[in-house]
Amino acid sequence: MRYLAAQSVAEAAKALAAEAGVTRILSGGTDVLVQLKAGMVEPDLIVDVKKLPGMREIRAEAGGFRVGAAVAGAELGEHKAFCAAWPGVAEGFQLIGSTQVQGRATMAGNLCNASPAADSVPALVAGGVVARIAGPDGERDLAVVDIPAGPGRTNLKKGEFITSFLFPARAKGASDAYLRFIPRTEMDIAVSSAAVNLTIGADGKVSAAEVALGAVAPTVVRVPEAAKAIIGTKLDDAALAAMAKACEAACNPIDDKRGTIAFRTHTAGVLACRAAHIAYERAGGKA
Amino acid sequence: MKKLHISTTVNGDPAEFVCTPDESLLDALRNRLGLTGAKEGCGTGDCGACSVTVNGRLVCSCLVLAAEVEGAEIATIEGMADQDKLHPLQRAFIDHAALQCGVCTPGILVAAKSLLAKNPEPTDEEVRYWLAGNLCRCTGYDKIIRAVQSAAAEMRGA
Amino acid sequence: MAFDEYQKREFKQVGTRPNRPDGVDKVTGRAMYGADMTLPGMLVGRILRSPHAHAKIKSIDASAALALKGVKAVVTGADFARPEDDFLRDVQENCMARGKALYDGHAVAAVAAIDAATAKAALKLIKVDYEILPHVTDVDAAMKAGAPIVQDGRTLENVPAGMSGNVTSHSEFGHGDPAAGFAKADKVVERSFKTAATHQGYIEPHAAVASVTTDGKGELWCCTQGHFFVRTLCAGMLGMEASQLRVTPSEIGGGFGGKTTVFIEPVALMLSKKAGRPVKVVMTRDEVFRATGPTVSTSIDVKIGMTKDGRITAGEAYLRYSGGAFPCGTIDMGGQAAFAAYDLEHVRTYGWNVLTNRPKEAAYRAPGAPQAIYAVESVVDELCLALKLDPLDVRLKNAAKKGTKSSYGPTFPDIGLVATLEAAHKHPHYTAPLGPNQARGLSCGFWFNFGGNTCVSLNVNTDGTVGITEGNPDIGGSRASVSLMAAEELGIPYEQIRTIVADTNSLGYNDVTDGSRVTFAVGLATIKAARDAVRKMCQRAAKIWDIDEEAVEWKDGAAVPAGPNAGKFPPMTLAEIAADSFATGGPIAGHHEVNVDGAGVSFGVHLVDVEVDKDTGATKVLRYTIFQDAGKAVHPDYVEGQMQGGAVQGIGWALNEEYIYGKDGRLQNAGFLDYRIPVASDLPPIETVILEIPNPGHPYGVRGVGETPIVPPLAAISNAVSRAIGTRMCELPMSPPRILKAIGTTA
Ligand SMILES: Cc1cc2nc3c(=O)[nH]c(=O)nc-3n(C[C@H](O)[C@H](O)[C@H](O)COP(=O)(O)OP(=O)(O)OC[C@H]3O[C@@H](n4cnc5c(N)ncnc54)[C@H](O)[C@@H]3O)c2cc1C
Ligand code: FES
Ligand code: FES
Repeated sequence: MRYLAAQSVAEAAKALAAEAGVTRILSGGTDVLVQLKAGMVEPDLIVDVKKLPGMREIRAEAGGFRVGAAVAGAELGEHKAFCAAWPGVAEGFQLIGSTQVQGRATMAGNLCNASPAADSVPALVAGGVVARIAGPDGERDLAVVDIPAGPGRTNLKKGEFITSFLFPARAKGASDAYLRFIPRTEMDIAVSSAAVNLTIGADGKVSAAEVALGAVAPTVVRVPEAAKAIIGTKLDDAALAAMAKACEAACNPIDDKRGTIAFRTHTAGVLACRAAHIAYERAGGKA
Repeated sequence: MKKLHISTTVNGDPAEFVCTPDESLLDALRNRLGLTGAKEGCGTGDCGACSVTVNGRLVCSCLVLAAEVEGAEIATIEGMADQDKLHPLQRAFIDHAALQCGVCTPGILVAAKSLLAKNPEPTDEEVRYWLAGNLCRCTGYDKIIRAVQSAAAEMRGA
Repeated sequence: MAFDEYQKREFKQVGTRPNRPDGVDKVTGRAMYGADMTLPGMLVGRILRSPHAHAKIKSIDASAALALKGVKAVVTGADFARPEDDFLRDVQENCMARGKALYDGHAVAAVAAIDAATAKAALKLIKVDYEILPHVTDVDAAMKAGAPIVQDGRTLENVPAGMSGNVTSHSEFGHGDPAAGFAKADKVVERSFKTAATHQGYIEPHAAVASVTTDGKGELWCCTQGHFFVRTLCAGMLGMEASQLRVTPSEIGGGFGGKTTVFIEPVALMLSKKAGRPVKVVMTRDEVFRATGPTVSTSIDVKIGMTKDGRITAGEAYLRYSGGAFPCGTIDMGGQAAFAAYDLEHVRTYGWNVLTNRPKEAAYRAPGAPQAIYAVESVVDELCLALKLDPLDVRLKNAAKKGTKSSYGPTFPDIGLVATLEAAHKHPHYTAPLGPNQARGLSCGFWFNFGGNTCVSLNVNTDGTVGITEGNPDIGGSRASVSLMAAEELGIPYEQIRTIVADTNSLGYNDVTDGSRVTFAVGLATIKAARDAVRKMCQRAAKIWDIDEEAVEWKDGAAVPAGPNAGKFPPMTLAEIAADSFATGGPIAGHHEVNVDGAGVSFGVHLVDVEVDKDTGATKVLRYTIFQDAGKAVHPDYVEGQMQGGAVQGIGWALNEEYIYGKDGRLQNAGFLDYRIPVASDLPPIETVILEIPNPGHPYGVRGVGETPIVPPLAAISNAVSRAIGTRMCELPMSPPRILKAIGTTA
């Protein structure tokens, strides 16, 4: 195995593209090192992308934010303006692991490790966030929702990696929330999860919404029917019941050591309703 | 595997070592530098016994490649006391019997120190959440929380 | 021996909370644990483990591994002679399979190489030809006719004919005629329970450094609860004489019973013997979960009858325990402990041990008791609910006390159960208001406690300080407690005493640090070693004063003349006698060797409040209070620590911890991410109330305290959860999916 601390985006992309064997991109390493230890992967080349220019920056762009792909959870959590605008994204990201893991873990790593249970991804999907991707053929932009291809697989091509995320400008009355279910209070992988991103109009009704669920399908899923169920409402009981039902219908989970199909399906609906409430209140709505 | 030569600062002193590219910082500290205070309870980020700080950030040293710390500043449990003066947290842990077997203690002390640097007056709940990645199987955490709070009060001059 | 017996006294130092002697080493990272040792020229040892739950090992070809540059030795089961003794053979086969791999993770070969990378590469080059056999991991399934047989021919004669060949032993305890008792009951409840296997979960993985030289001498450094026992086992397996194998215990990073046997130690010794160099073997966390001691997994039926006014008329339990792939005696302790808290006319338990393709059980705090008592205490709670009776009143009404013929035979001397129940009754926690979805549960707990072989030396230094040498690894502050008892007895300050834990060559045999025996038994031996030294110091004083030995007494740390003809001399302190010792007969030391009896049983009561989220099945522990009889709390901090730690392990067991096996018989959750031990944010403060009902069998009244606290949480939490959701929970752990299913939210 070789370790390369790339100095430029081009160098990283070139090295990754040129390597005939197994490669791994190293951001926080909180997935990569665990896989190395378990012997799950034996890469020939590891390219550390944390030190590339801009990778750890958070800056304003187009009325929103551009967040470098190697910004760690603890770093994003310390950015007050970002957390105020995107509280659901911030809490999803910061739920990952422990304080120690937060010192290292990144959203790009979480997304590209491509676990269906990845905690930062549902809020990114619900937020309509777009990733900027660098590769041997230059840059391209791809919506976060289109990046995971299935458990452990992404739609990135050989030599490609994420350099940043663009969070769009926030409308007035917009906010988001993320909830997951774990058996303990910390240090668990989500058994099911839900992110809700919504905007409230002047009438106090939900005018726009996006709902995404985690750990209930091979990838994080968008649930437009669930969003539809609450648009035009103040989250009355009927709207929430319809939302829960839509969420349950969108679930296609597995039975495993972490939870059963029935449990995952039921709790996904419960969490979506609770997250909708939180996002609604954050957006200034009064139920 | 070809070895790498790494130069860092550990507990304020320059430190150099060679390591394989797949070696963790924890292994390098323990096996290359003889600093066995950080423990390996899991090697996979779950227990926190290997906690150190890298450039002031609390991390699990088992989840950091040794190769990554070129030029970085590392602080371990061995550097917590000021020569022959124990850190208030270290004293509080002894005074409050906050350790039984003590194998989690180095990691918990390093983590608690980084908490108090950020938040000198945490609530019990904040201490508990901050330390959630530091497993202790002996104490049930009760005396650990008390010890951290007592040291925090002392450090605030209360 | 009247000398051993409890005598009421005012303590000056016992009962205080001084700093532990090993504290600074442990807060500065200096303390040396198992994996912290290095020796010059040391090799790295690693173990190859079976990926199959049950498989015949047709052949092992290590030639490619041995040909790899840097590989110095390979060891397989064939390297060990086959011990005659059943017990030793089982331990050995668990360390290194022979003929068959009996569970996922069973060791099949080991290598020693110049570094970790080479050792890892070598493991991949060892070719094992397996013939996969059908497997069984569930205790009930293993008892069925036609179940795959884990090991043939291990059934003891006392097992009734016609049972599955996996049933290895049967036991029965109790007295009276349960049928007659049930006939007198107003209400009889019968329930079946299951409990998952759990792991001790010590944070330090097993580690050993072995060095065997060509002249047959061996040195072993390892983290263990009992280095003398390690010596016995390893010497037996390697055909060494005890005198040639010195075992030095490292500091130990938790054990809870799981480090009372050997796993890697004989393998490290054999690797070192073959390689001619020192070898270090350290387990990964994955290996710890797959191949070291979980508890038994159980299936239990309990039947209890009660009158309308809360008197238990009879109790019966059928206990099926699986201690994994080897015969296991834990079932007997479960059967004996099940009803120990009750004074019953009619009581009987029936137990069976069953083989399954799981790792060999190792002790875990009160082995066998938490499961049995969980089932009994759940049924008692159900009866209280059905008959609308206060659960503490019912326990008090039926509580075992002095003179009760226990359900397992002996008649109890002074015990503390009633006192703990009364303390719980009076405590504000018992009557504190509860909110919606909240409920309170309680349970009694019990453990026998042990004494055992113990040997202590106490050396009086010429400057008046004292060194104590004991042979039980200090797993939670016992050096402090031992020093305190010596200080009390000698009448010198605690700070002037230093207690160390010595290797196997420095002392006579000491039993393992288990059975909650250390503060009790090592304490007793220390007190008596101190008395031995005191006797010698009195002799020296008599010599100096030129009076009769009998005319000298020990008081407040000094010899004083006593009796009418002793003459008038000022007290001669320990320091003065010690300073003069070279002139009065040489160094002064006290010793004591004993196989201690009289460990008093210990009882506890736990109260817990929980809140259940009925939409997700999540349980939050809101408040927790422990009442336990310690006999005498020598160092109350560490007594509280035992109570708190044990309770939290029990909380984990009740709510989330379990060994999960897949259909392929492989362990699915061999790591701390999915084997969910409680984290700090899961828990409330754990309040403790220590009761002191002196144990008549110890000079200071001490009882063991370490094990009882893991017993009550299982039922206390299950009772609370069952009350909160209005449905009886009968399976542990009560993970959220199980709770939602019980509520009926999910199918
Ligand atoms: C103790 C522990 C607890 C955890 N708890 C959680 C949890 O609660 N929730 C959760 O979702 N996850 C959890 N994880 C998993 C992990 O921490 C997260 O997935 C984390 O976000 C990964 O980020 P990273 O930067 O560390 O990724 P890395 O390990 O550096 O990389 C992960 C993967 O992404 C690829 N990659 C990294 N950066 C890029 C990039 N810029 N472009 C393209 N590909 C890239 C890598 O090649 C690799 O395949 C936990 C892990 C541990 C050890
Ligand atoms: S050893 Fe690093 S977290 Fe456990
Ligand atoms: S004191 Fe033993 S693990 Fe914390």
